[in-house]
Amino acid sequence: MNERKNKLAIRGLSKRYGAAVALDHVNLDMIDGEFLTMLGPSGSGKTTLLWSVAGLNNPDEGKIWIDGQEATHRPACGRDIGMVFQNYALFPHMTVAQNISFPLEMRKVPAMDRKTAIRQALAMVKLEHVAERYCNQLSGGQQQRIALARAFVANPSIVLMDEPLGALDKKLRDHLQFEIKRLHAELGMTVLYVTHDQEEAMVMSDRICLMNRGQIEQIGTPQELYFQPKTLFAADFLGESNLIAGTIVGEENDCLTLELPGIGTVRVRSGNTPVSGSDIVHFTRPESLSVLLDADLRDNRVRGQVKEVFVSGAITKLFVDVGGASALRVSQLTDYSRCVRKGDIVTIGWADNVGNVFSGKQREAA
Amino acid sequence: MARIDTILQTTPIRNVWPKWNRLHWQTAPVAIFLFSLFVIPVIMLLGMSFLGDTALPSLTHYQRLIEVPLYGKVLVTTLKVAFYTTLLCVIGAYPVAYLLATSRRSTRNWLIILVLMPFWTSFLVRTFAWIVLLGRKGAVNQMLLAIGIIDVPLQLIYNFAGVMIGMTHALMPLATLTLLAVMENIDPNLSRAGATMGAKTGTRFWRIYFPLTMPGVASAALLVFITSLGFFITPALLGGPQDTMIVQLIIFQIREALNWQFAGAIGVLLVMTFMVIFYIYDQVFGLSLAGGGGTAENANKSSFIRKVAVSVGNVVIRALARLTDAMISMLCLIKPATHRAKTSSRGGLHVVCTLILAFLALPTLFVVPVSFTSEAFLTWPPRLFSLQWYDLVFDSPIWLAAAARSLVVATTTAALAMVIAMPCAFALARDQFAGKQALFGLVVAPMIVPNIFIAVGLFFLFSRIGITGTTFAVVLGHTVIVIPYVIVTILAVIKGYDRNLDYAAATMGASCTVTLRRVTFPLIRSGLIASFMFAFIISFDELTISLFVTGGRLTTLPKLMYEDALLSVSPRLAAVASLLLVLMSILIVISELTRRKGGYRAFDQ
Repeated sequence: MNERKNKLAIRGLSKRYGAAVALDHVNLDMIDGEFLTMLGPSGSGKTTLLWSVAGLNNPDEGKIWIDGQEATHRPACGRDIGMVFQNYALFPHMTVAQNISFPLEMRKVPAMDRKTAIRQALAMVKLEHVAERYCNQLSGGQQQRIALARAFVANPSIVLMDEPLGALDKKLRDHLQFEIKRLHAELGMTVLYVTHDQEEAMVMSDRICLMNRGQIEQIGTPQELYFQPKTLFAADFLGESNLIAGTIVGEENDCLTLELPGIGTVRVRSGNTPVSGSDIVHFTRPESLSVLLDADLRDNRVRGQVKEVFVSGAITKLFVDVGGASALRVSQLTDYSRCVRKGDIVTIGWADNVGNVFSGKQREAA
Repeated sequence: MARIDTILQTTPIRNVWPKWNRLHWQTAPVAIFLFSLFVIPVIMLLGMSFLGDTALPSLTHYQRLIEVPLYGKVLVTTLKVAFYTTLLCVIGAYPVAYLLATSRRSTRNWLIILVLMPFWTSFLVRTFAWIVLLGRKGAVNQMLLAIGIIDVPLQLIYNFAGVMIGMTHALMPLATLTLLAVMENIDPNLSRAGATMGAKTGTRFWRIYFPLTMPGVASAALLVFITSLGFFITPALLGGPQDTMIVQLIIFQIREALNWQFAGAIGVLLVMTFMVIFYIYDQVFGLSLAGGGGTAENANKSSFIRKVAVSVGNVVIRALARLTDAMISMLCLIKPATHRAKTSSRGGLHVVCTLILAFLALPTLFVVPVSFTSEAFLTWPPRLFSLQWYDLVFDSPIWLAAAARSLVVATTTAALAMVIAMPCAFALARDQFAGKQALFGLVVAPMIVPNIFIAVGLFFLFSRIGITGTTFAVVLGHTVIVIPYVIVTILAVIKGYDRNLDYAAATMGASCTVTLRRVTFPLIRSGLIASFMFAFIISFDELTISLFVTGGRLTTLPKLMYEDALLSVSPRLAAVASLLLVLMSILIVISELTRRKGGYRAFDQ
C-alpha cells in the first residue's frame, strides 16, 4: 500500500458544541482511492468529523491535511471536494443538468467540456433521460443518483458522503450500495462515507472506522472489526455476540484458561488484546458456536437446554440456557433434516481460536 | 461528564470566525431605529402624563382621571367591547379553523384566501361597506322592508351592535389564523385512538381535540382582546356616542382639547389595563404560549388561578362531553342509524363555515355597485349607471395628491423596512448570540403595542425636532409599524430554507457571494417580494400614524377617507373604496402567486 499517496491526514482533531464533546483528539489517515466508512451510534462524532473535512465547521483543535496541504481552516469552497448530503441538497430552482453543471462552473470549466462531463456523469448513474427535469420531479432513488453525479462530476480530490442512503427503503438502498461501489471502482475515487448502518459499512468499505463518544474505537478492514474486535464496544456494536464475564485461572504460552460461571472451564487462544487483572469478559460470535453431534470434538464444550428457536430463513438462531446469567446465542445454517426443537438438551462447542477476551474493566467503559 | 469538564478547563475555546462580528452588527440598524423611534417616543408619551400644566411633576391628570366618572365609564365600555369581540371572534373562528385544518391542502389554500380577504382589504373600505350594508337605507333594511318583515328601518349601526359587527369582522381572521396554526399540528390519529378506546364523538371532541386546541384558543383570545382595546376607527364610524372607546378619548385630547399630558395619562391607564390582562393570562395559560414558542408547556406552573381555571375547565369539558354524546344518541334515535355516516356531521360544519366565510368575504363587495349610483346619496338598490363619482375623484387634486402621497410613502416604507430588517432577520434566524431574545422582543413589540401609542409618541417626538407634517415623518412612522411584519415574514422564509443547499454549494467550490447570488437569493426571492408587498399594503392602508404625524397639513389616502367619512358618507367614498378594493386585490393576488410559484415551495410539495 505504500506506493499509493496519502490523501487525507487528520491529527488531534477536537470539536465541542457547548459542553458536549463531538470530537476528542482524533487521528485518521486515508490513502488515495480508499473507501473509508465512519461507523458509529448517533452522537459518536462521525458526521462532525466529515463536516470538518468538508470545511463546514471549524474544529477547536488539531489539523487536517488534504493531498499533503494543510486545509484545517480553508473554506469549503477552496478544498476541491465533492459531497453528498443526507437529504441530497439538490438545488430546487435548477434542472438536473444545471445542478450537475454547478461544480464545473465553480471550477471554471469551459462550456463545451462541461456539456461532455455532464453527459458522462449522467451516463455513469444511468439517468441520461432526466437531464432537463427539475429535481422535485424525480423519485428518491433518482435524486440520490443525481446527488452522486453532482459530487463526482468535477473529479474532486475526495468525495464525502453523509448517510446518503438513509432516506431510502431497504431494496433501493441495497441496489445503490452496489452502484456507489461500482462508481468508486470505475472512477477510482477516494470516498469518506458516514453511516450508522453496520451492514452498509461492512458491504461497502475497504476500511471501517468505528467511532464512539468522539473518539476512534477501532479502525480496520470489515473482517478485522468483525472477528477481531479490539474493545468490548466494538464487539458489542457490530453484529451479535456472546459476552460472558468470568475470571482467568490459568495461562500457558498464548492460551488462557478461563472460569465462566455456569459454563465451566473454557480455553481461548487469542492474544491480540492485552489483559490486565483476572476479571475478564469472554467474547464469541454466535456463528462460531455450533451444536455438536456426539462424535464431534471441539476445544470447548458445554451442555444446555434450548430455550428458543428462531428460524429466519437461511439462518436458525438458538438461545441455549447453559446455567449462566444469560442464554448462549448460537447461529447456524437452517438444516431441515436435523432441526433442534425447543426444550432439547444439546451440546454446544467451539474452537479455542474463535473467542476473544477483554479486560473486565472495559465493560464499564462500554 | 467528568471528562468533558476537564477538557473545558484545560483547553481554551478557540474561535476562528471573525471576532469583529461577535456583536452581530447587522442587527444594529433595526435596533437603533426602533429604539429611537419606538421605545423613546412611547416612554415620552407615558412620562409626560406625570407633568402638570406648568410642566412640573404632578398627578393632577390622574386625579382628574379618577374623579370624572366619564373616564371610568369609557374604560368599562372598552373592556366590554373587547370582551364580546373576543368571544364572537373565537367562537366564529373555531369551526372555520377546524374546517381548514382538516381539509385537503388544495382546498385549504383557497379557503384561506376567503378568510384573509377582510384581513387584507383596507380597514376603511370594510367599515364603509358595513355602513352601505346596514345603514337606514342600506341593503339589509331595504330587503327586510321589501319582504315586509319590518315596517320601520332597523337601527343596525351607530350603536353597540354595529361596533360588534365591524370589530368581529375585522378581527376574526386573526383568530382563525392563530387557531389554525395550533390545529394543523394536532395528530388526527389521537381522536381515532380515542375511538378505539371507546370514546363517542362528543367525548372525543371535548376530551381529546378541544383540550389540545386550548393553547390556540388562549392565544387567539389574547391577540383579539389586546388588539380590540386599541381600536378606534370602527367604534368611531359604526358606533354611537355611548360606544366611545378609550383610544378615541386619547385622540380627542390631542387633536381637539390639546391636552397632551392628559392624553398621556389615559395612555398609562390603557397600559395598566394591558398589564392586568397579561398578568391574568400568564397565570392561567403562561405567556410562553403567546410568545410563539408553542411547545413550552407550563405544566409545572401551579399558580392558584391556574389550578382553579384548570379544575373548572375539566368539569365543564366533562359535562359538555356527556351532553354532546347524549344529544348525538338522541339524534340517532330519531334518524335511522344508516344515515348518520360521517358526511352528515361534516355537513353541519360546512353549513356553519359557509355562513361565517360569507360574513367575512361578501360585505366588502357591496361598495362596488353603490359607487356607480347616479343619485346624490347612498341608496340601496343603487340607481345605475353613472361614473359621476369616479369623475369627481379623478378631477379632485386633493384626492389625487393624497393617493400619490400614499403610493410614495408605501413604496419608500417597504423599501426602507426591507433594507434595514433583512440583515437582522438573517441574524435572528441563523445565529446564536447574546441578547437574541431581547432583540426579537424589541423587533415584534410594535406589532403588539397599539399603534395609537406609537402614533402619539412619534407626534411628540417629531414636533420637538420639527419634522411633523412631512412625508419623511410619515415614512419613519410607517417603517416602525411595518418592521415586525417584515421580520416575521422573512424569518419564515429563511427558516423554511434548507441550509444544506448553501453547504452543498460551498463543497462544490462556490464562494459566499456566489452562493448567495446563485443559490440562496433565487430560492428566497419570491418570499422577499411577498414580504415587500405585505409591507407596502400595511403602509398604504395605515391610518393611525398618518393621522398624527401629518399634523393636519398633509393627507394620505386613508386619512382623507377617514375624515371624509366622519363628515358624510357619500357615493364618492364608495368610488374611492372600490378603486382601493381593486388595487389591493391585484396586489394580493400577485403577492400570493409569487409566493406560491416560488421555486422552493414547489420543491417540498
